[in-house]
Amino acid sequence: MSSASARSHVASGAVSRWSLRVLGLGFLALLLVAPLVIIFFETFKDGIQPPLDAITSPNGLHALKLSLLMVVIAVPLNTIFGVACALLLVRHKWKGNALIDSVINLPFALSPIVIGLALYLLYSTNDGWFGPTLAEAGLEVLFSVPGMVLASIFVSLPFVVRETVPVLQEIGTEQEQAASTLGANGWQTFWRITLPAIRWGVAYGVVLTTARVLGEFGAVTIVSGSISGKTETLPLFVSKEFERFSEPGAYGASLVLALLALMTLLAMNLLKRKEDA
Amino acid sequence: MEANPAALPPSAAPRAGIRLPGVGTGIGRGYVVLYLSLIVLIPLAALVDKSLSSGLDNFWTQVSSPQAVRSLKLTLVASLIVVAINAFFGTIIAWLLVRDEFPGKAAVNAIIDLPFALPTIVASLTLLALYGNESPFGIDIAFTRTAVVVALLFVTLPFVVRAVQPLLIEMDREMEEAAASLGASGFTIFRRIIFPNLLPGLAAGVALAFARALGEFGSVLIFAGGLPDTQVSSVFIRSQVESGNETGAAAVSMVLLLASLLCLAAISLIQRWGSRHERSTSDVVANALNKDVSGGGV
Amino acid sequence: MGISVEGANKSFGDFQALDDVSIEVPDGSLTALLGPSGSGKSTLLRAIAGLETLDGGRVVIDDEDVSKKPTQKREVGFVFQHYAAFKHMTVYENVGFGLKIRKWDKAKISDRVHELLRLVQLDGLAGRYPSQLSGGQRQRMALARALAVEPQVLLLDEPFGALDAKVRKDLRTWLRHLHDEMHVTTIFVTHDQEEAMDVADQLVVMNNGQVEQTGSADELYEHPANEFVMSFVGEVNRLGDDFVRPHDMEVVLDADDRTKEGLVQRIVTLGFEVRVELVLSDGTEVWAQLTRAELQRLELREGQIAYLRPIQAKSFNGSSPSASQGASTPPGSQDDGEAEVSAAV
Repeated sequence: MSSASARSHVASGAVSRWSLRVLGLGFLALLLVAPLVIIFFETFKDGIQPPLDAITSPNGLHALKLSLLMVVIAVPLNTIFGVACALLLVRHKWKGNALIDSVINLPFALSPIVIGLALYLLYSTNDGWFGPTLAEAGLEVLFSVPGMVLASIFVSLPFVVRETVPVLQEIGTEQEQAASTLGANGWQTFWRITLPAIRWGVAYGVVLTTARVLGEFGAVTIVSGSISGKTETLPLFVSKEFERFSEPGAYGASLVLALLALMTLLAMNLLKRKEDA
Repeated sequence: MEANPAALPPSAAPRAGIRLPGVGTGIGRGYVVLYLSLIVLIPLAALVDKSLSSGLDNFWTQVSSPQAVRSLKLTLVASLIVVAINAFFGTIIAWLLVRDEFPGKAAVNAIIDLPFALPTIVASLTLLALYGNESPFGIDIAFTRTAVVVALLFVTLPFVVRAVQPLLIEMDREMEEAAASLGASGFTIFRRIIFPNLLPGLAAGVALAFARALGEFGSVLIFAGGLPDTQVSSVFIRSQVESGNETGAAAVSMVLLLASLLCLAAISLIQRWGSRHERSTSDVVANALNKDVSGGGV
Repeated sequence: MGISVEGANKSFGDFQALDDVSIEVPDGSLTALLGPSGSGKSTLLRAIAGLETLDGGRVVIDDEDVSKKPTQKREVGFVFQHYAAFKHMTVYENVGFGLKIRKWDKAKISDRVHELLRLVQLDGLAGRYPSQLSGGQRQRMALARALAVEPQVLLLDEPFGALDAKVRKDLRTWLRHLHDEMHVTTIFVTHDQEEAMDVADQLVVMNNGQVEQTGSADELYEHPANEFVMSFVGEVNRLGDDFVRPHDMEVVLDADDRTKEGLVQRIVTLGFEVRVELVLSDGTEVWAQLTRAELQRLELREGQIAYLRPIQAKSFNGSSPSASQGASTPPGSQDDGEAEVSAAV
């Protein structure tokens, strides 16, 4: 492998190869690596106690729990949707497929603030389309968990679909046909043949969805009002602590999130290798 | 070339006789459509409605207010600068990952995705620590327009790298070898053989990065702040919401929404232009998510 | 478990894959569907399995009209060209899949799976994954998997198409032996006429969605119904309206009223047979198949003039494929009768 990739006719000179490396890797170091490193330093700058206190404060713990709650609700919902949608797009020709495909790409291109505002306007109890009706039924959407869940689902919608579609296309329909000839009905085929075949693609999508939900800031901030101890997820907590000039809290929570991000990267890498296997 | 972004090769078309759990039936389709409507379409419709609710004149007034315009200009210019820079560096990095070997390459390949995994607000905080007034490097660019550019650079870096990488991996080496045997220099080979083949993917990655940059919020918020000069559109919109000007917020949001739609449309067109690669917008997006690139040259 | 298809019609968009196709497959026989790409043979096979639904016509298995039955209820074993192995399951799990679906108990599954693995000579590999097997092994596993549930009918879609030539030959012989032991009504699809003739009791030659001719290998070779069948099952020279097989082309050194003059262009020795390529005075290119002994006797050289005398020729009335009867006539004779006449030298 290495001899083949080194056999590049473009950057064949040592000088050009090294200048490329310095340029590219230097850019990365300044932009990506340095931030990671600094989080550690800033967090423990005054010792371990201050950040620990901040994280374990009632607001901090609540923020952590709320973030995890978002994940526990939004990720399964988007996973089920993602697999169903992928099946629809790949295995069934339908005129609506092109439209569905485009709508699924929207969360990638939309500003989270725009997303948050859209939800805010829809569920506003003053004059939103759904707001007043739901309020009468006693259901609070804005400034409460349901709204945050909706925002989390919106922003993380595409990942499972996008990761499952290529895998579904790749495995083709022959295994499913074979299962059919052996007597398996639709559900049996799906559970025993299709799902196991696409599991790593789905898992990868789930990891990406989780990371997105954990890290979501803009949309949730508008929808939830960032009420400490009630509607504040961990990223919102970071922002609030920073505004209060409480650096240990801000950095401590950031460290937690950064560690989760690194774990995400690790999971992504491992899953990629599983898929290639 | 099919216009349908979900286009498949014929062999993957459904065969009669296989009924996977009712997804193709009314119930399955209904579920998918309902979910998408409830989560995405109806809220966006409410947004469009609100932005026009006080009439077209008011819409225009809101959008053309001095601060709105200033923020839109900043957002636009910063995004353009950022994608240009990232196009350059992103291509170099993708090149290094595919065609070069060095220790720690796998780690580098993994870390490219950091902006995807790291919450934007955390990015903002750390950029502030690195390049703000307590900067270990002595660089203080916090609360400046440069800060906006740097923050956007951070979040959009993976898009170009991941768009170019698979194309580089797939590229037929023999074309380059033929060119070399005909006497072409390294740079010529890049300019005439490699780059034209990368262009569609690069353009699509740029379009996606641009869309992302336009709407970015978290990473810019703390690092660049919300000063009149350094306020990007998303920050402006939020400030309008906080001061109760929902119509104004909705109006400027419409502008961003339209820009996003244009970017997606542009990606679609780019795919058709570079259609011999047989990729759809969704593939571009999937690649941006680091789908099946292991960074190894063959 | 005889199979018959009556008046099958199937189109994909504008493309007519099956055009009023009817075939009879006797119980316990091994039938080959033979034809070029796009002839409809795979579509027909898949229609029998229920993997395609017909636009018109019906499929009858063992006197029962199964046209409306879904695949999983038809009890047909199907083997795919690219194996369709369940990649995430071991060989054991693959072969036992149909039995698991039918809720057999573990001990019975184990017995049956091992019995079949022995039959296909894959025992010892039960714990492997398909990716760890060779192409030939994967196909044998696919066969075992299909046979595990004791299907009424076994259908194979170009089963050896993805394998190397040597493996293909070995497996084809092996399939024949397997069939002789198990007597399951079997239909297989191939574009390789040698394979079909080697293995099958009955061949169905298809072209453009229609059946050209049905019969044994001998019948098709000796009495082809039309030009298509004749040229598909063997090599053919065309002399005007007559079709002559290269080995029916006698090469002599003296002219007479039944010979045609030709210039020897090329002599190629391929193993035991010799191929002599000639061009006739009217420009037609033909080739004759000789033995080495004949070549030596004639002392032919490239560039030499020689004379060709067809021993046996066939001509077909009109150009509509399925309608005409094959007729053998000695060339040069004035009567073009329907009767079969083998020429005497």
